[in-house]
Amino acid sequence: MKDWWKSGAPWIWLNGGAVTLSMIMVFGLLLLILVRGFGTFWPHGVFTTTYSLPGAEPVSVVGQLRRSETLTAAALRDARVPIPEDRLLVTRHLVKMGNRDVTGKDFGYFIDDFMSPWEYPQQVTVLERREWGDFFGMPLQLLEVGNPVASGDALWPEFQQRLRRSNELFDEIRSIERGAIGRVNFGIERVRLDRRRAELRNSLTADLEAELARRLETLQADYKVLETRLNALYQDAARDSIVLRVADGREVTVRLADIVKSWQPNNMSVAAKIAFYVKDFFDFIFGYPREANTEGGIFPAIFGTVTMVLVMSVIVTPFGVLAAIYLREYAKQGALLKTIRISVYNLAGVPSIVFGVFGLGFFVYIVGSSIDGAFFPEALPAPTFGTPGLFWASLTLALLTLPVVIVSTEEGLARIPSTIREGSLALGATKSETLWRVVVPLATPAMMTGLILAIARAAGEVAPLMLVGVVKLAPTLPIDGNFPFVHLERKIMHLGFHIYDVGFQSPHAEAAEQLVYATALILVLLIVVLNLSAITIRNHLREKYRAEGD
Amino acid sequence: MSQTEPVAGSMTSSLFDASSRTVRLLADEHIALAVENLDLYYGSAQALKSINMQIAAKRVTAFIGPSGCGKSTLLRCFNRMNDLVDICRITGQIRLHGDDIYAKGVDTAELRRRIGMVFQKPNPFPKSIYENVAYGLRLQGVKDRRVLDEAVERSIKAVGLWNEVKDRLQSNAFGLSGGQQQRLVIARAIAIEPEVILLDEPSSALDPISTAKIEELIDELKAKYTIIIVTHNMQQAARVSDYTAYMYLGELIEYQDTMRLFTAPSEKATEDYITGRYG
Repeated sequence: MKDWWKSGAPWIWLNGGAVTLSMIMVFGLLLLILVRGFGTFWPHGVFTTTYSLPGAEPVSVVGQLRRSETLTAAALRDARVPIPEDRLLVTRHLVKMGNRDVTGKDFGYFIDDFMSPWEYPQQVTVLERREWGDFFGMPLQLLEVGNPVASGDALWPEFQQRLRRSNELFDEIRSIERGAIGRVNFGIERVRLDRRRAELRNSLTADLEAELARRLETLQADYKVLETRLNALYQDAARDSIVLRVADGREVTVRLADIVKSWQPNNMSVAAKIAFYVKDFFDFIFGYPREANTEGGIFPAIFGTVTMVLVMSVIVTPFGVLAAIYLREYAKQGALLKTIRISVYNLAGVPSIVFGVFGLGFFVYIVGSSIDGAFFPEALPAPTFGTPGLFWASLTLALLTLPVVIVSTEEGLARIPSTIREGSLALGATKSETLWRVVVPLATPAMMTGLILAIARAAGEVAPLMLVGVVKLAPTLPIDGNFPFVHLERKIMHLGFHIYDVGFQSPHAEAAEQLVYATALILVLLIVVLNLSAITIRNHLREKYRAEGD
Repeated sequence: MSQTEPVAGSMTSSLFDASSRTVRLLADEHIALAVENLDLYYGSAQALKSINMQIAAKRVTAFIGPSGCGKSTLLRCFNRMNDLVDICRITGQIRLHGDDIYAKGVDTAELRRRIGMVFQKPNPFPKSIYENVAYGLRLQGVKDRRVLDEAVERSIKAVGLWNEVKDRLQSNAFGLSGGQQQRLVIARAIAIEPEVILLDEPSSALDPISTAKIEELIDELKAKYTIIIVTHNMQQAARVSDYTAYMYLGELIEYQDTMRLFTAPSEKATEDYITGRYG
């Protein structure tokens, strides 16, 4: 034993153990997110059962099993659930029952002992609605303007066809609302700002006034046309509805205009389920959020995150590289430089929320307000840049990740062999010519490494962003078809904040849980994609500047 | 610039007065570089002590001596590479065709265009073969494609690399072998038509065949350029140089016709070194 102790083996075991533990944690985390994240979109079966709790009326339940857990009977007895004395452990199921608007409660815990055997009737239909979450029921009848048009076997195909029509109408409504009406509003706002600007400059002539009035008139005429079209579409969309019987036997009518999609999970083949799954996954990625973010997709959040990271990269790379070049190549090595370097390195250790506070206090309130006063006086008192937005979020993150880029670039510059510099100088190049023609190109892979680290850090950051530009729900994307196309002043949505918001700020915690995992999965995938593309670029550069024996 | 008269006669003809015990003086028209009372300090340590010597134009001069004797330091004085070392301090003069290269107002970049240098380890830039050779010309602002093409071809041909690389001028210079890289670096140096080429142990990192090629090349280049070579290899000095300087501990011990230095050195220290009794 003593020999074993002396041999150093305990150390090896300790080190190996630490590595193993780290690996288990990392892979456990990834596995959890992958399984839960990808599991979200699978069309689970819907069962029906009768739940007869002793001393209460039996109720019939229709729903999807969300998860099961085993509890001690004692714990449940404490909660006044009448569990027979002879039981030690009981199984409890969390069931998603949907129909939030009908029953007022869309999730419920049921104890296995009191449930009759589960049945999976083929006809059970799940409706994903634009409001109130999912709906479970047995379809009875299809109505057109209140008159029955189909029931029985003919119902399902007819329903699918009419649902497709209703969704097409809805898409058209959406595109008019988001696109055309958005453009009109943008134009009207432009007119208002133009008038205000002219007023401020005392250059509001009668000609200009007439011109503005004409523009406004055109826009309002456009709006009238769109409004008429929209009303017609809404009326058209409200034509059909479907009657379904819910768990307690009531009949409920659902308008087709309120339905996003429908499926009969108990009646689907595996192939159909896979197809459904893929479509659902795409809808999640490319869709817009609904119902306080607990339903629908996360496209604005993905878009916001990517835009923010890209803008940040555009800001941080030149700043970091230039600073590193100065520190490494030009600054006189001494106590002052050492202090500066230590300060820069330590910036990386400052808690990110502090950067958020700084960003809000300095960038938004001081710099932003000055910009507004100087360049956008016509919009005041409504702030343009004097309020949190994409640019400030990116700038704050750029500040946060600046040390990483500086350190990597400095290391890269230090690694360039002095013989290469001397070779260039010996050919009559000046120091700056040597730098820009030979040294900096050689250091680009190191700069990319810095940028990769910066992106990984920035994409996952949440705390500072809540202060400087990320919001729960942004009405518009930061890039669109209205001039100047990239709107740096707009507020954005962000995956990290979305996770927090959906998971902890949402009124329907149970419904949101799966979305939290799915969003986390997308965030991880997004960071992987961003990093992989940066690594690919870096490897390409490395190949290009590959030195002998490197 | 005041170019010296081309040296007439065969390459073996001595410009020195062979009867002198240790000759360091040349007739004015043959002088490319003149070193006068050169002292060099790294901080407080003196690395070169009162060097006086003259380098013959369009001849090969070799510096030999044990490691740390100051021969590379002296070589780097000629194109002011030592300026890059912060703690380095120089007194005395070096004159290139009469002009003091350490005078105030001398543009080091311009000086280095006139005095090229090749280093111990091949150091091509991470660019194509073509761009490596064109680098010096591009620095001078040459943009005309024809001029560049011509200079690149001429330079690469001058170092005997043309047949090996003419089909892959646009490929990365790192793809060449060590010997090819070293010749490319020499081509890069002569592309800007310097007057003097400094070679700092140019073949110490190369195999014997590449070394032989470099030596042949030196022999060809001296028709047009003044060449100074630092070498550890005494056979190499004997093979390629017309004049040889033996240095020891920062001092110039003996400077002679190569033939004479290796066959009948005037100094005991030189004889000890070349016969291997040194140390």
